[in-house]
Amino acid sequence: MENVKIIEIKKSVFEDNDRAADALRGELKKKGVFLLNLMSSPGSGKTTTLIQTINRLKDKIRIAVMEADIDSDVDAIKIKEATGVESIQLHTGGMCHLDAEMTEQGLSNLQFTMHNSQCPDLVILENVGNLVCPAEFDTGAVKNAMILSVPEGHDKPLKYPLMFSICDVVVINKMDVLPYFDFDMEKCKEYIHMRNPKATVIPICARTGEGVDVFANWLLKEVENWKE
Amino acid sequence: MHELGIVFYIIRDVKKAAQENGVEHVSAVVMNIGEVSTIIPEYLTDCWRWAADKEEMLKGCELKIEPIPAVTHCDGCGKDYPTVAHGKKCPHCGSEQTWLLRGNEVEIKEIVVPQNK
Repeated sequence: MENVKIIEIKKSVFEDNDRAADALRGELKKKGVFLLNLMSSPGSGKTTTLIQTINRLKDKIRIAVMEADIDSDVDAIKIKEATGVESIQLHTGGMCHLDAEMTEQGLSNLQFTMHNSQCPDLVILENVGNLVCPAEFDTGAVKNAMILSVPEGHDKPLKYPLMFSICDVVVINKMDVLPYFDFDMEKCKEYIHMRNPKATVIPICARTGEGVDVFANWLLKEVENWKE
Repeated sequence: MHELGIVFYIIRDVKKAAQENGVEHVSAVVMNIGEVSTIIPEYLTDCWRWAADKEEMLKGCELKIEPIPAVTHCDGCGKDYPTVAHGKKCPHCGSEQTWLLRGNEVEIKEIVVPQNK
């Protein structure tokens, strides 16, 4: 039998990424840039919600958007056309999530951050549509938000516990179709708070704009707190 | 798909550790995978085979998985219980003031390196 040597590693796979994410957060704090990591399933209305939110905030603070997808740049173009704020597309090269390193690379490609005096107050990272992997990899964001849409069902917090446990705010989108689905709002809130008692839950309808003010105000307050 | 992303991280860490130790070829990587880590072991080993064989240092290298059972601790009565069987609610006292003690690990435990005499 072949002789072997065993080298002990004892290291979490997420350790390097967690460290890079903490370093990035420190850097953002110094520059006064608030990074929001926005996650959800595909088709929950992330891009529409963003457009509505940005249009309510863009006269008050400087905003930039990074759209992460496996392929295409339709989202980045859509955001730019609908809001006028800087919007860039990040390709994950087949990966189902963004990590801190990819986020940092993305930030360095923003025009804004190149000139320190013109740093954006808020950068929104629209993560890959997926409820599993993005939850495992800290992007270096200051806060995590997720959008759950009514057609997806109120039981999602039970099925994707990690995602809900790391989110500071859960936006419930597509409230206009509530009468057509067996979506129990009270149950949904209960399940979310089972995973994360501190999570803020905000029902909205991105299509009509209903409730978007509440989310926009939450975000504005967070951005202000971060700058203190 | 999610396992493949994890595999890329494992490969990066293993290559780094091998280089630090002056190792040219690794014959096995041993992982500690928690029962509630959301990793499916078979998917992880399948993704590993595909990705590791593309790396000179890891050609044919085996990924061994040592599972770690998930255990939850109850603050209500102070007892521990198996997470998968009972979830968030303590089977001893019914409290939901419980937290995961272990079982969430995605950890590289060790690497195995062939020795030439």
